[in-house]
Amino acid sequence: MDLSYNETQGMLRETLARFLADTYDFESRKKMLASPTGRDPGIWKAIASELGLTCAPFAEEHGGMGGGAIENMIMMEEFGKVIAIEPWLQTVVIGGGALKHAGGALAEATIPAIISGDAIIAFAYAEPQGRYNLADIGTTAKADGAGYVLNGHKGVVYAAPWATHLLVTARTGGGRRDRAGVELFLIEANRPGITRRDYPTVDGFMASEVYFENVAIPGEALLTGGIDLIERVVDEATVAVCAEASGIARTMVNQTVEYTKQRKQFGQPIAKFQVLQHRMSDMFVEAEQVSSMALMGTLKLDEDAAARKAAVSMAKAKVGRSLKFVGQNAIQTHGGIGITMELGIGHYFKRGTMIEGQFGSIDHHLDRFEALSYPA
Amino acid sequence: MPFGLSMVGPVIYTFGTPEQKAKFLPRILSGDDWWCQGYSEPGAGSDLASLRTKAERDGDHYVVNGQKTWTTMAQHADWGFFLVRTNPDVKQQEGISFLLIDMKTPGIEVRPIITLGGEHEVNEVFLDNVRVPIENRVYEEDKGWTCAKFLLAHERTGIAGVAGSKRGIEKIKEIATTEMDGDKPLLSNPFFRRKVAELEMDLTALEYTELRTLAGEAAGKGPGPESSVLKIKGSEIQQRITELALEAAGHYGAPYFRGFGEGDNEHPIGPDWAHRTAPSYFNVRKTTIYGGSNEVQRGIIAKMVLGL
Ligand SMILES: Cc1cc2nc3c(=O)[nH]c(=O)nc-3n(C[C@H](O)[C@H](O)[C@H](O)COP(=O)(O)OP(=O)(O)OC[C@H]3O[C@@H](n4cnc5c(N)ncnc54)[C@H](O)[C@@H]3O)c2cc1C
Ligand SMILES: Cc1cc2nc3c(=O)[nH]c(=O)nc-3n(C[C@H](O)[C@H](O)[C@H](O)COP(=O)(O)OP(=O)(O)OC[C@H]3O[C@@H](n4cnc5c(N)ncnc54)[C@H](O)[C@@H]3O)c2cc1C
Repeated sequence: MDLSYNETQGMLRETLARFLADTYDFESRKKMLASPTGRDPGIWKAIASELGLTCAPFAEEHGGMGGGAIENMIMMEEFGKVIAIEPWLQTVVIGGGALKHAGGALAEATIPAIISGDAIIAFAYAEPQGRYNLADIGTTAKADGAGYVLNGHKGVVYAAPWATHLLVTARTGGGRRDRAGVELFLIEANRPGITRRDYPTVDGFMASEVYFENVAIPGEALLTGGIDLIERVVDEATVAVCAEASGIARTMVNQTVEYTKQRKQFGQPIAKFQVLQHRMSDMFVEAEQVSSMALMGTLKLDEDAAARKAAVSMAKAKVGRSLKFVGQNAIQTHGGIGITMELGIGHYFKRGTMIEGQFGSIDHHLDRFEALSYPA
Repeated sequence: MPFGLSMVGPVIYTFGTPEQKAKFLPRILSGDDWWCQGYSEPGAGSDLASLRTKAERDGDHYVVNGQKTWTTMAQHADWGFFLVRTNPDVKQQEGISFLLIDMKTPGIEVRPIITLGGEHEVNEVFLDNVRVPIENRVYEEDKGWTCAKFLLAHERTGIAGVAGSKRGIEKIKEIATTEMDGDKPLLSNPFFRRKVAELEMDLTALEYTELRTLAGEAAGKGPGPESSVLKIKGSEIQQRITELALEAAGHYGAPYFRGFGEGDNEHPIGPDWAHRTAPSYFNVRKTTIYGGSNEVQRGIIAKMVLGL
């Protein structure tokens, strides 16, 4: 199996890495998070229009470079290394992915706006009662003439305060947890009847509770594909956060090793203590597993649905577990300074912890893997 | 606050002069005085004995200069008990004294350190020519390490936190009974339920280990190196409880609720308990670090108990 990246992919990585090294140092990130909008919009603009990176995972007919999941993986890994809060996951992986798969006029109109950096998409799928069940949906989309009327409440919608568009899951029919009747809609974020309660998240992003009250939307807002499309897009997103986790885990290992070489206690660098050496070796081993599973998941995204789901769940469960090990031990090995806001390591730990639960906990994914892989 | 009642209280009670006992113990008991612990320094964490904050005699006072860090609740404390170096020329442990310092003394500056959950509970404490009456020294000059070690053993017993962990597990069961996972309570989810049961199991083992330690104490054996067992297991259990609570919160672990601002009547996002879960999980990583890290505790068991 050839696992090497081609030249273009290598360049993509290098371009983004160099740009992020200049823009995402600890102090700059801190300033962004503390600003009123919680971000620096100029960075996204630069990634899209100056560096032209947003075109990487899109087809040439949409103005893209013809890449896909591998390109997303590379980008997410680099974002993870600096714990960037850019909306690549929501806009490019999820929004762009849904449009790519569904095709049609909406894709033709919106993908170029994603590539240019003008469109930012937030994914409104979770509901307060639903935990990780994508079909547990109370938000309704009632047919009304040629269009629909949306009503409901979506919880913890990452990037919603920044979004120009919302990608919303809603029910056109069926009972609360029925797979049939769940559909995906892409709508402008400022449609009348949409209200938000915005807040920061513990891992540095902004998110919202989003409420829909008799929101009239056109029929063309529907992306055909139903729950199957939604699951496919969420699997792609899940693998993308595994890639982000890979960047985070590696960085936590590196920072921990560096710190222990400098921190002295008992007259020597604490890196000299064998318990810490072995622990850091274990952290390194686990970080390698994260990278391997991010790659495995990415490579299986184009398999049939059952194989894809099993692979993605296995990847995410393993990533969750390894990331927890790396994160907890990174903090422990730093001692007191690790649990303060003053050093980067704690901020990596916070984002890593949120990834553990994002798109499903370890238990959720092991459960899904078992259900798909072993006879009942 | 355990710093008065279960930490400096026993030290004064055991090593203090009659005057010190009369002055401090009643106000510790009544809760009139809040205390903080000035042990750790930027360069002296696990290696506490390497501390450099120095106290030099000037008539009937010590003049104290240096920096402490991680001082819990120093921003609210009336008094602090400090380890200071009174003799730099002897073996590290033999030149340390134990001082009681009024936190309002001129020359003391307390600066906040913000921890991962956004809390202000620890501080840096700067001491610049702080004058402390010699009568506020507990036990002999240069013999403070004896008090320090005595106190650390007490701190480690307190750190087992059995009662708090029991409440924590009850709270999780309560949450998991109302929080739904599909059409069943979360507590019916076999994976979640098993983790709660394992926690109860480990907590029970800890509880009986503590009871055995206390029985030994009642029979005249002070809390010795065995308290390291309590510290290790107790701190790990506290961490697992917060981990499980965060898991229960699902998506609603993510919102960061800054608290009720002035004129802000907004309720937290999601279930009313959920917004605390992530900050607690982050914050409670401290339990395996403070009070002598768990690595240091394992070192103590290896050396003092196993004789290695
Ligand atoms: C099934 C099997 C097959 C083997 N086949 C071969 C073979 O084909 N050829 C051959 O030459 N040898 C072979 N060996 C021997 C093997 O290489 C030794 O067992 C191994 O090097 C450990 O040495 P030891 O058994 O003397 O244990 P010890 O070295 O005495 O170690 C005892 C314990 O102490 C630990 N330890 C030792 N040093 C340190 C340290 N510095 N830091 C931390 N922990 C330490 C070890 O990890 C171990 O847990 C085999 C052993 C086994 C079990
Ligand atoms: C929330 C919080 C509250 C605190 N409150 C107080 C307080 O009120 N008063 C006070 O005086 N102090 C307080 N402390 C300080 C606490 O006691 C120290 O953090 C602790 O002693 C560890 O020191 P350090 O943070 O400098 O870590 P370091 O000593 O630098 O340790 C870093 C890592 O190295 C490991 N390590 C160090 N030495 C060894 C060794 N020999 N072998 C193996 N591993 C080793 C440690 O276990 C740790 O994992 C508090 C700390 C925290 C986090």
